[in-house]
Amino acid sequence: MTKTLEVLSCGPAVTVQDMGRSGYLAQGLTRGGAADVRALFEGAALLGQSAQLAALEMVGMGGSFRATADIRIALTGATMAATLDDVPLVWNASHLMPTGSTLKIGGARSGTYGYLHVGGGIDTPQMMGSRSAHLSAGLGEALVAGDALPIGTDKGSTTGMSLPLDDRFAGGHIRIITSMQTDRFDEETCARFATTPFRRDARGNRMGVRMDHDGAPFVAADQLTILSDVIVTGDIQIAGDGAPFVLMCECQTTGGYPRIGTVIPSDLARVAQATSGAALTFGFIDLEEARAIEQRAAASNATLSAQVVPLLRDPHSIRDLLSYQLVSGAISATDNPFLSEE
Amino acid sequence: MAEYPRIRRVGLSGLLVQFGEEMSEPANRAAIALRAAVEAQDWPEVRETSTSLVSTFISADLVAAAPEALTEKLHALLATQDWYSAPLPAGRTLWEIPTLYGIDEAPQLEEAAEAAGVSAKTAIAELSAARVRVLTIGFAPGQPYTGELPPHWNIPRQQALTRSVPAGALVVAIRQLIIFTNASPTGWRHVGQTAFRTFRPDSDAPIALSPGDEMCFPSVSAAEYTRIKAADTSGNGGAQRSVLA
Repeated sequence: MTKTLEVLSCGPAVTVQDMGRSGYLAQGLTRGGAADVRALFEGAALLGQSAQLAALEMVGMGGSFRATADIRIALTGATMAATLDDVPLVWNASHLMPTGSTLKIGGARSGTYGYLHVGGGIDTPQMMGSRSAHLSAGLGEALVAGDALPIGTDKGSTTGMSLPLDDRFAGGHIRIITSMQTDRFDEETCARFATTPFRRDARGNRMGVRMDHDGAPFVAADQLTILSDVIVTGDIQIAGDGAPFVLMCECQTTGGYPRIGTVIPSDLARVAQATSGAALTFGFIDLEEARAIEQRAAASNATLSAQVVPLLRDPHSIRDLLSYQLVSGAISATDNPFLSEE
Repeated sequence: MAEYPRIRRVGLSGLLVQFGEEMSEPANRAAIALRAAVEAQDWPEVRETSTSLVSTFISADLVAAAPEALTEKLHALLATQDWYSAPLPAGRTLWEIPTLYGIDEAPQLEEAAEAAGVSAKTAIAELSAARVRVLTIGFAPGQPYTGELPPHWNIPRQQALTRSVPAGALVVAIRQLIIFTNASPTGWRHVGQTAFRTFRPDSDAPIALSPGDEMCFPSVSAAEYTRIKAADTSGNGGAQRSVLA
């Protein structure tokens, strides 16, 4: 049976995203993929499925959707106003979306990138090994009203589960490490960078996010003569006007502006999700500390399903309370319901 | 060259071997040759490799494994030969891409010629006859930076950006030529127009060019260019390709 998710209307920047594509750096194409990778792991944990499956990434606002079959959905990332047939839906949770019902996802209340996951994943054809749109490269397109997205086979059935919301949506402190050009900046400049309060500029997208600050521009030695060299996602590039740009998942593969350091992967979602004007600071940590943080983050992503709990609902908010089986059979407090759904 | 080649850590993303701090033909050749050698080693911790103008990037998971062991292996590999005189890998491609110079399609030919100190006619003759190498690919998928042109083509990029050049634009600065992948603003001067598509997402081979390939841009008439553009469905834009021994 072919199930599809129909796009009735949508915001200007809704795309299919997964973990992105590797193997094309030499040919000028960066990994791309979800701007907030943690959200992909959260969606996977809520639906008890692989984090490699594709979801919809919604920048700033979502859209209206309808499914051609009963499907399971999960909502993660930036919290957006969401309703199913006009009944409000809890964010960071999984829900049943019955055939023909209308899911409406509005503007972001906090953060920038929201995600709509479906049980079985969005099953559009792979392009160069990934389903991700990479718009800056000219690969794939943003969704428009009338699109119908194929949905993969859903091996799970549980809905009504939730994860605690974390705090990565309002800026904050960003941990960075040195990289190949940090020593182009003198110690005083690096120290000033690490003590300067920044604000996320309105100019920001999947390629990079500009940071504003008061005070003198940051300048590298021999700034104008630096030869173009490799860029990696998370690099903090100092542009010609002395303002830092954090380079994001759709950045270029090479560039000639000096990089003062690199955001550790775990903190990149915090940069991506910060809204215009959000306060951010950057602080250097050493390599071993960064490695330990990333090892813990990988372990945390792999065990997120242990944090998934049933959604608590106020009985007054349940319209059809009497149709529920209110006294259930025995349940196990120790079984992990997700293990059978991998 | 005492301090090069040198190895630098790139965040948590891998290691970079730099062969110099400015563009030179031997350093570019060294970077391309080292990349081929690293690929041939098939080290398990290496995810992928790439080259910039004079450096080789070795993408590796430095979270799972500290960089020291890979750094040692790279030092040992670097010590096996003089990379600045290494031969280029075999099996590279020569691309001959029909190019319409000047007039409305490429409005900055005369300006670029003046910066290089030659007439427009001489500029077309020189650029048309030049055989350049893909020094690196970057900025956009499949977009080649090629060189080097003769020294008088060491013209600076414009201070003010051109608002947009189209896909397939041939642009020049700092002894290099680029064919743009996508329409883009640029400080490089637009001297020619090709129907060559450097990135073809729907093709089995989405990216045609590789670092080390050689290219030339023979001049064609406006009528011939129009004919090529109308007839081309492959994205090759009338290019002839041959394998270099």
